[in-house]
Amino acid sequence: MNEKAVAYVLRLGDDALVAAQRMAALATWAPQLEEDVALANIALDLLGQARALLTYAGELEGQGRDEDLLAYRRDEHEFTSALLVEQPDTDFAATMVKLLFFSAYQRLLYEELSAGDDETLAAIAAKSVKEVAYHLSHACAWTVRLGDGTEESKRRMQTAVDELWPYTHELFASDSVWRGYGFDPAGLRERWLGIVEPVLAEATLERPVDDWAPTGGRDGLHTEHFGYLVGEMQSLHRAHEGVSW
Amino acid sequence: MDPRASQPAFIPGAAELLAEVEAAESLLDQRGPAGAAAPAGGEEADLLAHFEAVIAADAKIEPRDWVPAGYRESLIRQIAQHAHSEIVGMQPESNWITRAPSLKRKAILLAKVQDEAGHGLYLYSVAESLGANRESLLTALHDGKQKYLNFINYPTLTWGDVGALAWLTDGAAVVNQVPLCRSSYGPYARAMVRVCKEESFHHRQGFDLLWTLSQGSPAQHTMAQEAVNRWWGPALAMFGPPHRDSTHSEKSMAWRIKRFTNDELRQRFVDITVPQAEILGLTLPDPALAWNSERGHYDFTPPDYEELKRVVAGNGPCNRQRLARRRQAHEQGEWVRAAAAAHAAKHSREDAA
Amino acid sequence: MSQTEWPLWEVFIRARRGLGHLHVGSLRAADTTMALQHARDLYTRRGEGVSIWVVPTDAIGASSPDEKDPLFDPAMDKVYRLPSYYRMPEGAERL
Repeated sequence: MNEKAVAYVLRLGDDALVAAQRMAALATWAPQLEEDVALANIALDLLGQARALLTYAGELEGQGRDEDLLAYRRDEHEFTSALLVEQPDTDFAATMVKLLFFSAYQRLLYEELSAGDDETLAAIAAKSVKEVAYHLSHACAWTVRLGDGTEESKRRMQTAVDELWPYTHELFASDSVWRGYGFDPAGLRERWLGIVEPVLAEATLERPVDDWAPTGGRDGLHTEHFGYLVGEMQSLHRAHEGVSW
Repeated sequence: MDPRASQPAFIPGAAELLAEVEAAESLLDQRGPAGAAAPAGGEEADLLAHFEAVIAADAKIEPRDWVPAGYRESLIRQIAQHAHSEIVGMQPESNWITRAPSLKRKAILLAKVQDEAGHGLYLYSVAESLGANRESLLTALHDGKQKYLNFINYPTLTWGDVGALAWLTDGAAVVNQVPLCRSSYGPYARAMVRVCKEESFHHRQGFDLLWTLSQGSPAQHTMAQEAVNRWWGPALAMFGPPHRDSTHSEKSMAWRIKRFTNDELRQRFVDITVPQAEILGLTLPDPALAWNSERGHYDFTPPDYEELKRVVAGNGPCNRQRLARRRQAHEQGEWVRAAAAAHAAKHSREDAA
Repeated sequence: MSQTEWPLWEVFIRARRGLGHLHVGSLRAADTTMALQHARDLYTRRGEGVSIWVVPTDAIGASSPDEKDPLFDPAMDKVYRLPSYYRMPEGAERL
């Protein structure tokens, strides 16, 4: 078993899974019916990525764990998703800002991985990069509309940007897992800023200063929100041992 | 990953219904009678005669054709109720998206709930082609002036309910909706072809979900059986009151907005569903259910119409909850809709300048 | 209609190369980008198209034999439109 590969792919899968779980919970809550359809599409894309990545992580691990055992039978501290994706959707502004930050990151990382040596991972990344490019354009369009919309929408967007910005640093924090396999996202921060800063500028939003930079998600140390997310996701599955669904 | 992979190959009745959808679809492709357009600026009597001739020839009425006010009103009422049912109907199922017990089921359920938003949109779009306005229809829904289907006011208490709801109420919906693929109003007929094709996936995934539970552990089997017990009555009641008590049926049938009575459709649903229940290994909660060889149909106990009246009047288990949530989502979205409108207004001025 | 109700757009989809765009329905959106994104999400969920056009409903001129129709008052003129909801002839998933 290539432990480094397993840990690397799990991070990608957990990011997608947690982002999908958050987005899927918004069904019926979108500001307009058309947007309900759009958010569900994004959630379905992310869920598809999570399934492919977790399945592959299980294969690499070689212990017989499939996507469901990895999603439903690990404890909170075994998930290595970034803190950003577990942040709650306090309003539509938070949802779109989170999507902007995350999809810009995913696009850059998947682009690199699609040209990588691991053929399976490259194939998953090549399929996913098209999906996240669309998520990114959706988030960019909404960021500009809402940032440069009404006073209220601008205020909400700026709040979301300020609250979520600190969590973006973790996406680019290098460690032995990131360095040990695939492509290290540490080098992507500048290019990420190259995508995000012009969008914030067009949206007439202020780019926050870089100071607080919380980490921990990659080591399984999450925010308090995460326990509820995992508890809800796993409740039914864990109530029935060894059955199929 | 094929959601149908584990499903038994044959679901009685399903193929027959889909064949009807496809037959209706191929009729839409054929050219209607030549000269179907009404004379320009005609007298109302001429316009009415023309309208009736189009209906009599089983041709389609299209947007901007002259139609009697009653035809327009009946259609808008029926289509709005259908659209509302799709969007409020997302609630009982979305209740389980975050807790779906496998990632495959989560994806299927989310896709289904998304389809319902899509169907709601197709239908509001049809209503808008008749001169209705979506915002006004939503206001009527939020104010309780327009209804949605009664079954949505029941809760999904377990994962079994997700399957039973889909198998029984989507099954009933397909039976109700297949004839609408031949509605006299062209945009409605075309929308319904699309909806029915997508609904048949919904129906099948519900069957597949229940089948898996029924074959599973004793606890899972019980979960499935109890859910079926809860949903059988609401599903039967979806066909509405008996024909003799139905206020809108006669005119709707004459105008070919509707093509079968409530009772005919309910019987058809029972006849299709009983063999499916046998394959599932689940029982339907009606001791009177039995094949009647003289009639060539199953006998069954009619649904509790008093309960139906109570639920339609607003006193089902979840009426208040469903409407409150619908209103809350709409109100929460107001600042977003306003901001997008303001942004578009600013930028169209800039573009013009 | 409220101040914030977004305008109506008509959606046309090319199911595959070699075919013309067909009208499939309408939707509401605040701007062109949103109309295109929503059209993609709503009308091509099962891979029904390779190209999408969106047109503000107000911008469509229509030949109509009954434009003096007494029952269409001016407020309803926004529904000038081509017959809607042509089926997608190719690639529709047959479930």
